[in-house]
Amino acid sequence: MASLLTKNERQLALGISILLALVGLAMAGAGDDRAYAAHGILIMVFGVGTAFLTISGYHAPEPPEGRLAQYYDDPSKVGIVLAMGWAVFGMFIGDWVAWLLAYPEMTFDAAWSSFGRLRPVHTTGVIFGFGGNALIATSFHVMQRTSRARMPDQLSPWFVLLGYNLFCILAVSGYFMGLTQSKEYAEPEWYADIWLVIVWVTYLVLYLRTLARRQEPHIYVANWYYLAFILVVAVLHIVNNLAMPISLTQAKSYSAFAGVQDAMTQWWYGHNAVAFFLTAGFLGMLYYYLPKRAGRPIYSYRMSILGFWGITFFYMWAGSHHLHYTALPQWVQTLGMTFSVMLLVPSWLAAANALLTLNGAWHKVRDDATLRFMMVAALFYGLSTFEGSFMAIRPVNSLSHYTDWTVGHVHAGALGWVALITFGSIYAVVPWLWKRQGMYSAKLVEAHFWLALVGTLIYVFAMWNSGIIQGLMWRTYNESGTLAYSFIDSLIAMHPYYVARAIGGLFFLIGAVIGSYNIWMTVRATREDSREPIADRPVPAVARDRALQSGE
Amino acid sequence: MFGFHYRLERRTIGFVLAVMVVSSIGGFVEIAPLFTIDETVEDAPDMRMYTPLELAGRNIYIREGCYACHSQMIRTLRDEVERYGPYSLAVESKYDHPMLWGSKRTGPDLARIGGKYSDAWQVAHLMDPRAVVPVSVMPAYTWLGRTALRIDDLGLHLTAMRRVGVPYSDDMIANASADAYGQATPDGDRAAGVVERYGDATHVRSFDGDPSRVTEMDAIVAYLQILGQLTDAAGKQEAVTTGNGQ
Ligand code: HEC
Ligand code: HEM
Repeated sequence: MASLLTKNERQLALGISILLALVGLAMAGAGDDRAYAAHGILIMVFGVGTAFLTISGYHAPEPPEGRLAQYYDDPSKVGIVLAMGWAVFGMFIGDWVAWLLAYPEMTFDAAWSSFGRLRPVHTTGVIFGFGGNALIATSFHVMQRTSRARMPDQLSPWFVLLGYNLFCILAVSGYFMGLTQSKEYAEPEWYADIWLVIVWVTYLVLYLRTLARRQEPHIYVANWYYLAFILVVAVLHIVNNLAMPISLTQAKSYSAFAGVQDAMTQWWYGHNAVAFFLTAGFLGMLYYYLPKRAGRPIYSYRMSILGFWGITFFYMWAGSHHLHYTALPQWVQTLGMTFSVMLLVPSWLAAANALLTLNGAWHKVRDDATLRFMMVAALFYGLSTFEGSFMAIRPVNSLSHYTDWTVGHVHAGALGWVALITFGSIYAVVPWLWKRQGMYSAKLVEAHFWLALVGTLIYVFAMWNSGIIQGLMWRTYNESGTLAYSFIDSLIAMHPYYVARAIGGLFFLIGAVIGSYNIWMTVRATREDSREPIADRPVPAVARDRALQSGE
Repeated sequence: MFGFHYRLERRTIGFVLAVMVVSSIGGFVEIAPLFTIDETVEDAPDMRMYTPLELAGRNIYIREGCYACHSQMIRTLRDEVERYGPYSLAVESKYDHPMLWGSKRTGPDLARIGGKYSDAWQVAHLMDPRAVVPVSVMPAYTWLGRTALRIDDLGLHLTAMRRVGVPYSDDMIANASADAYGQATPDGDRAAGVVERYGDATHVRSFDGDPSRVTEMDAIVAYLQILGQLTDAAGKQEAVTTGNGQ
């Protein structure tokens, strides 16, 4: 890997690695609590590891000039492998957590394995580990193709990818040790947050530099979404994580905000993490891989524009729907509700645009499980945005909030939309990247598709049922005007649904394992498809990418 | 409009700026006023701060992820008020950095759990929830009972809290560790200082039933027992408002 870097880049890589190792050493040495010191050691090992990787190719000759006539895809390849690794890990923990809610004794008598610590391991593992790696890997692939330009250098993509994974490892290992800020999806402590800012700014700069080199006059829609994802996540992350560490040698910090202001900031962050991490980024994937795989141009340029700006504008108002009937002032709740409902319009524009793109290619959807992954993902996107707008209406929310209905909604989006579009995109891109004729086994892709779909449906139906039953039991009165059910009554009623959900989750997990195996076998297959797709090179213009420009 | 966009999407920096402007408006309009409009947080002169022991307990609550299953926010709905007590006011979490309102009720709301059960019940429940409530799905937290509480750095915690706006006095900061010890050791000579600094209503007792040492169990029970009791502003409010509970 290091032998593909230029000599300058190798020096820089070595310098950064050593610096990282030294920071780790300092943290480990000065650390005044064990978890912080452990993180110091972890950072040091990571730095030493990347230093060794660099040294192993340090004296190799300069990479051939010919590389510049090709896209730089090695980071994307590694990113995809990492994404699948995180998927299996994160979903395994998710299913474990699911079983715990049915059989709470299915764990060890140890702090690290208790529900409250495992749950953020699951959410971070799947959202940031699986989703984030997939976004980084595909964004590198897409930005080069749609700009028809190679990345400007070879070091920054590695810095972004590996640095990001260091962040994820710090996050997850931290929860096991009890380090958390408790803000949902923003749990990592201050030093991990600072590190992510550095990585993220590099990511943005890399993206902008590649766009600046583009040979296409226009920035393609997929890039609008990837860009919005990078930009807005940066702003959200910085604001919501403002905190005061108790000392530079300890992990603990106190949020800069308190009470109602903190709640609003957190859900402004939390909801837009859904919007710009779990939606915008993945719409970027959808807008590239779906038309490409279907061999059809995006249905409508105008719908793309309206959808994009609608999502960018409306979403940022919607966070307060997480705080209906709370101590948040009513006017903010009302704004949140109103914009959440309006949000349905651009969301459905985006979903419809994707589905209409398939017009004329439905026979491919029938035969090709990869394309079917993407099609069903677009359907689930439409479904969960409708559900979300509905749940944001105050009276509906009075029933759904705090219940499993929310969890069902989250997973209709997370499994049905995020995971399916990712699997579809990965199945499309893996043969392209590794220059194979296709996946190792089309049958296994098919099997994965059905496992994922059935798993999602079981999960979501179980949670709709349990959530609505729960919500109704909590508010039911008997004739004498007192509450009819105790909390414990509602807890007992949940049990069968929790078992069902855990089984649905198991299906989904098995699908992900099969997918990883299939990808691994594709990568290992010795027979390279020597017929490189003619279009897949930077600069010289080719018809294939033209197909992506809108029909209008 | 589409013509304008046709030109915009040819300029990277222009596009980036447009995304920044368009995406900032919503958050700005909704969040900034919460810091400036006075009515956002009610006045409650009797509102007191967490003692060092309670704060340590709160940090354990965070560390163990209790918030993943328990909310601390009673909504203004009739059934919630009847089930959990007067609905939560903004002022009640004004010293909560961060807030722990929560988003999921796998277990009941805890905003007013303070005083609902005895210390012994809380300890027994945390050690083995199913011994107390057979159908419970709450994890057992046995290690809290056997782990000594770290109190030497509580002064740093109070200092950080003061930096983000909680009015701890120099005296409180200087005595943070001693106060944590004193609050869980009622017969020791440090107990009196806690009441002096944090008020007569402060609970001073051995929360885990073993006065000879201060454990994490002491801290978390001290915290649970104060939930909903930092002020009685909420007790004065009218029972029920906006009716959706039926
Ligand atoms: C897996 C979800 C879960 C986690 C995590 C959890 N609890 Fe619970 N908790 C429950 C459930 C379910 C109940 C209701 C059954 C019972 O009383 O055990 C409950 C009940 C309680 C009660 C009694 C409430 C009442 O009004 O009767 C208290 C107090 C409590 N939990 C405190 C905690 C604390 C403190 C933590 C963290 C150390 C915690 N819980 C973590 C699920 C959880
Ligand atoms: C094998 C598949 C999965 C299983 C079995 C699973 C299971 C679970 C469980 C049991 C919870 C806790 C719910 C609760 O507290 O009651 C949860 C929460 C969550 N999961 Fe998953 N999950 C899976 C996949 C995913 C994926 C792929 C994503 C995102 C890409 C995701 C995102 C989330 C989020 C955001 C939450 C928090 C929900 C909330 O706070 O309301 N999950 N999951």
